[in-house]
Amino acid sequence: MNDGFDWDAVGESLPLLLEGFKVTLLATVLGTVVAAVLGLVVAVAGRAPSRFVTAPVRLVTEFVRSTPLLVQLVGAAALFNTVEPLYIGITVLGVHYAAYTSEVYRAGIDGVPKGQWEACRALSLSPRRTWQAVILPQAVRNVLPALGNYAISMFKETPFLAVITVQEMVFEARKYGAEQFAYTEVFTLAGLIFLVASYPTSLLMRKLEKRLGH
Amino acid sequence: MATEPLPLKKTESPGPAGAPEDAVPAAGSPGGPLVRFDKVVKRYGDHVVLDELDFTVDRGEHVTLIGPSGSGKTTILRLLMTLEKVTDGVIWVDGAPLTHVRTPDGSLKPAGEKQLRESRKKIGMVFQQFNLFPNMKVIENITEAPVSVLGQSREEAETRARELLDLVGLSAKVDAHPSQLSGGQQQRVAIARALAMEPEILLLDEVTSALDPELVAGVLELLEDIARNTDITMLCVTHEMNFARDVSEKVLMFDAGRVVESGSPEKIFSNPSHERTREFLNAVL
Repeated sequence: MNDGFDWDAVGESLPLLLEGFKVTLLATVLGTVVAAVLGLVVAVAGRAPSRFVTAPVRLVTEFVRSTPLLVQLVGAAALFNTVEPLYIGITVLGVHYAAYTSEVYRAGIDGVPKGQWEACRALSLSPRRTWQAVILPQAVRNVLPALGNYAISMFKETPFLAVITVQEMVFEARKYGAEQFAYTEVFTLAGLIFLVASYPTSLLMRKLEKRLGH
Repeated sequence: MATEPLPLKKTESPGPAGAPEDAVPAAGSPGGPLVRFDKVVKRYGDHVVLDELDFTVDRGEHVTLIGPSGSGKTTILRLLMTLEKVTDGVIWVDGAPLTHVRTPDGSLKPAGEKQLRESRKKIGMVFQQFNLFPNMKVIENITEAPVSVLGQSREEAETRARELLDLVGLSAKVDAHPSQLSGGQQQRVAIARALAMEPEILLLDEVTSALDPELVAGVLELLEDIARNTDITMLCVTHEMNFARDVSEKVLMFDAGRVVESGSPEKIFSNPSHERTREFLNAVL
């Protein structure tokens, strides 16, 4: 092990890390899609008139929220050991975050004024059109920045996927570090890549928030 | 604008001159009252808003509900629009129970959401706060329900929406969003939106209360126009006594969930027989 900072290791590991970064990005994007869609379904189902719908939905979201992501990942990987780890990772990330995005949606839906619901009823709109044409477009617009922030959080939690052998960036960094005894260099680099990717995205989100008038 | 006929369909219907109001089965027979409140009770917990309320509205009639705040006027409109449920009693519209269905043995049970949606189609409402859909353009606000509820084609609905916007004097705002309009303009769009559903009954809930004073007259003129040139039955809660005088044939004075006095505007305004009516009119006029 050398004492100084090994710049060669940085140059050498960069392509590997970028290769892993592609997986990181893929997991984040697909995980966000799952979380965004599933969260919405959960939020709407949570408003169903029947307790037979709302009770199980609440139970599952409480379970997901009360257990660590890492435990869910390992558990799911053990349960579905024939499935490609990346798919499990994406699904677990998506489901985990759906438990939170559903709350965001719920708040967004609650934020739509009561008068909007009443106008829908006065016009005899079906429940479907009420949600689709009136409530959700307004609710989603309200929660877009919050959803974006969850996407950034998820991005920073993708390294957990390494535990179930998904070859994302941190998995690659660990492998390289172990082989070349260059942990400092490779993890510094990985950290920088995370920073470079997430900081501009946060700025973008803040801009979006401002534009939507929050 | 007032001289031209409105682009609204006049339906063939027996006029207001019908059976006497108190004939019990009249609610179901043609020519009877279009709306009948039959011992309607509305309670929120212990608070009684409407107390065994009975009143009728004839077809084509324009009725103004007046009375102090908290007297239950708005609740009546909200019950008719089925935004609230009656605690007891039955509301009849066009001879059918509004929020109930008949069971095979002839008794009435509360209707489900689907039946309520069917009942609502005859009734339109304009709200104090306009309640336009901010995510839609003006024209989409008007065409949404005719397309998705009445099954009109988009072209048909848009043609009609443009006619209605012309009627309310907002042809230039077809593609605007509600947030780009003044309160008065928003309320005109809301009126056009309600009319697009071709309601038999139009409920107007303090439609000028949220408007700047200089915008009130325009909206009232429009409503007077509609009242004169269509056969839409109108129930109107308002503090605009001039409107009540100019538009309605009947004024109902409410207090504490009951009708304390009813009659023609001339009678109510110039010669009220009830002490509460006198007090109220002295306070507002």
